[in-house]
Amino acid sequence: MAEIKDLAGPQSRRRFLAVGGGSAGLAAFLAACGDDSGTTMTTDSMGSGGGTSETAQFGKGDVGILNYALTLEYLETAFYADVVKSGLFKGADLETIRKFGQEEAEHVQALTQAVKSLGGKPAPEPKAEFPLKSAKSVLELAGTVENLGAAAYLGQAANIQSPEVLASALAIHSVEGRHAAVLNTLLGESITPDGAFAKPADVKTVLKSVEPFIVG
Amino acid sequence: MSNEQLAHPELAAVQIDEDSGDLSRSDVLLKGALAVGAIYGTSMVGPYVRRALAASGGSDVDILNFALTLEYLEAKFYAEAKMRAKPSGELKGLVDLIASDEQQHVEALAATVKKLGGKPVMEPKFDFPYSNTAGFLKLAQTFEDTGVSAYNGAGPMIKSKEVLAAAGGIVQVEARHAAAIRLQTGAEPAPVAFDPPLDEKQVLKAVEPFLA
Repeated sequence: MAEIKDLAGPQSRRRFLAVGGGSAGLAAFLAACGDDSGTTMTTDSMGSGGGTSETAQFGKGDVGILNYALTLEYLETAFYADVVKSGLFKGADLETIRKFGQEEAEHVQALTQAVKSLGGKPAPEPKAEFPLKSAKSVLELAGTVENLGAAAYLGQAANIQSPEVLASALAIHSVEGRHAAVLNTLLGESITPDGAFAKPADVKTVLKSVEPFIVG
Repeated sequence: MSNEQLAHPELAAVQIDEDSGDLSRSDVLLKGALAVGAIYGTSMVGPYVRRALAASGGSDVDILNFALTLEYLEAKFYAEAKMRAKPSGELKGLVDLIASDEQQHVEALAATVKKLGGKPVMEPKFDFPYSNTAGFLKLAQTFEDTGVSAYNGAGPMIKSKEVLAAAGGIVQVEARHAAAIRLQTGAEPAPVAFDPPLDEKQVLKAVEPFLA
């Protein structure tokens, strides 16, 4: 079974979701809008230079981005299904987890449809295993996954070519943000770990984080 | 139309005015967005905003000024709420956090409009009808859901990749606010899997009267 070495917990979350806020957040926002003063956001995820080369392993252009998202959604769905089965949660928390899992499954369906409608081949469902030691560690992992998922969508928004694909991606992205805020609340953490402006995460960072859970 | 037929009567009661009497384009777009939300629900705001922007050929500066007007609304709403809504406990901390975020959004959007060579719209006058904490929470929930829907509707109309990325960073935070407020009201924090859910035919039917 894969081990969560560094993944659970706020410290590691910050490693790939750079904390900003206040004037740092504003500076990052302005940097995103073409300011050359040297303030950086994660520029390699901005999409202007790299285009969709980051997601080329998943397919060309928008298909690649959708398949990347689909892979993440498969993992989230599998994770929530495992958590429901584990019996670690009851009552309101269980209902929340069940609902979030249902929504991730709807994302899987929508993304699969979107790839097919573009004439692409949907990414396969990865075989995944998640450590489910305790309710607390599971909640931490859920928080990590949801915050990361939101950041992953944000990281790709600017790379998407089709306005319709973008509309779908944005519609999912904000739901992941909702999920993240709920999990952060359950963990007694800030609903906005990045402050007033959420930060994107690049493909490399995201895949590296989920790699330990993919077993086949 | 009686209040029973409105999805969000509290939205219908919100007023947006200018002392001069001259409403900006952004004011009008926001009034339209709130009207659509009031009648049809917040999920319709996004499609309305998208179609309104498509129909009127909004530049990125126009879109940012619309977002700025929306953020003016939220910033004013939460700043007032610190006293007016009498928040206590967890809600107090949440109101402070959201107020700070919205103010930062206002500043960032105004600065970006200037950077792009545009003129940031001025803050209109707002009237938010509520008389207690419960009323505040109801309106807060609706405003946050409206904001998420509006940003997501505007997103595909944005031309610059950098502006889109920046707007994305804001909308995610609005979604986080929305979920947190819903936890306070006891509503589902993420009621549907897509923000907004799009049923094309239903949407076209709903927004048609506003754009005919």
